[in-house]
Amino acid sequence: MSDTQLPVWEVFIQANPGIAHKHAGNVHAADAEMALQNARDVYSRRSEGMNIWVVPASAITASSPEDQGAFFEPSNDKPYRHPTFYKIPKGVKYL
Amino acid sequence: MEDQKQLDAFEAKIASGVKIEPKDWMPEAYRKQLVRMMSQHAHSEIVGMLPEGNWITRAPNLRRKAILLAKVQDEAGHGLYLYSATETLGVDRTELLEQLHSGKAKYSSIFNYPTLTWADIGAIGWLVDGAAIMNQTALARGSYGPYSRAMVRICKEESFHNRQGYEIMMHLTQGTEEQKAMAQDALNRWWWPSIMMLGPSDDQSPNSDQLMRWKVKMESNDAIRQRFIDRTVPQAEFIGLKVPDSQMKMNETTGHYEHGPINWDEFFDVIKGNGPCNAKRLKDRKEADINGRWVREAAMAFAAKRVKEKEVA
Repeated sequence: MSDTQLPVWEVFIQANPGIAHKHAGNVHAADAEMALQNARDVYSRRSEGMNIWVVPASAITASSPEDQGAFFEPSNDKPYRHPTFYKIPKGVKYL
Repeated sequence: MEDQKQLDAFEAKIASGVKIEPKDWMPEAYRKQLVRMMSQHAHSEIVGMLPEGNWITRAPNLRRKAILLAKVQDEAGHGLYLYSATETLGVDRTELLEQLHSGKAKYSSIFNYPTLTWADIGAIGWLVDGAAIMNQTALARGSYGPYSRAMVRICKEESFHNRQGYEIMMHLTQGTEEQKAMAQDALNRWWWPSIMMLGPSDDQSPNSDQLMRWKVKMESNDAIRQRFIDRTVPQAEFIGLKVPDSQMKMNETTGHYEHGPINWDEFFDVIKGNGPCNAKRLKDRKEADINGRWVREAAMAFAAKRVKEKEVA
């Protein structure tokens, strides 16, 4: 095998308790443990996080931009999923 | 032939301020230019660690040493953000590093100058990082999503670099005559390379129209240079230093400083490889890569062994 820069891991950081992990970037690492340590060094030098997930980049499947229309449009013709679809008389409260 | 419809849609997207993401359609010229710019930027971050790393062991006290270590560590991080942003365009890091080592890819001309005294560490933070911030805040508004996001993050971290450098200079100017002279000497040596690192003047910088329309470049080199000079000259005056340009004067009508002629021959000569430290920088980078190879191989072998052990257990 020719020299590599080690496999890529995507990094997700939870900044505060109770909020979702957010994609921060990626690191190169030989295994999960090294990926976590590298992610800590690279993406949380200024207390940006309290928890980190690392995921092998090869394990991620993404939807493709060309299919954006066909993929997401079905939700556009269902306006009844939104609360504003329903007309409620003015006097009715807490609805 | 690139589909005109795709190109129109691409340009309309950019004009309306929507970012281009890695899997989106893009013209080959856009992709190529970005790989060139972004990898050059990434290389600059890691080559830039060398002149500063030169002073870590000789920082004048523990506070300064801790700060310099943190700054150099930041530069490594910046290099990594930029390499990974470049990788989204379909080139891997091994290939990018090979381009650096073979001389095919460039890095910022400024890092080919030596750091002769401690004051140079102040001058680099103040001037070189200062100039880089001017450039990078513009690039943060660029059209390529991964690059723009990396720039936002880098700019946030860079302002500490800028301020610690100015603080070093300020302390020296408040010191003995020798320390003052050392600060002035560092400014004398770093001033011109710093204003040159923002790139050739606009009349020598081709293809800018298309790059501006595609928001690969956000501002002309001269515009960024002017802003850098306007902000930096008063900072020098404030601490009793003088920029080494006898023709520098404020134009009261325009509100901008006017500078003397820039020695572009020197700039192009350094780019070509003839600066004081070009050979040393490349040699150090190549050695770092070669000496790190067994570590990467061992890490991969260890990871493979652990997977095997898990399978057996």
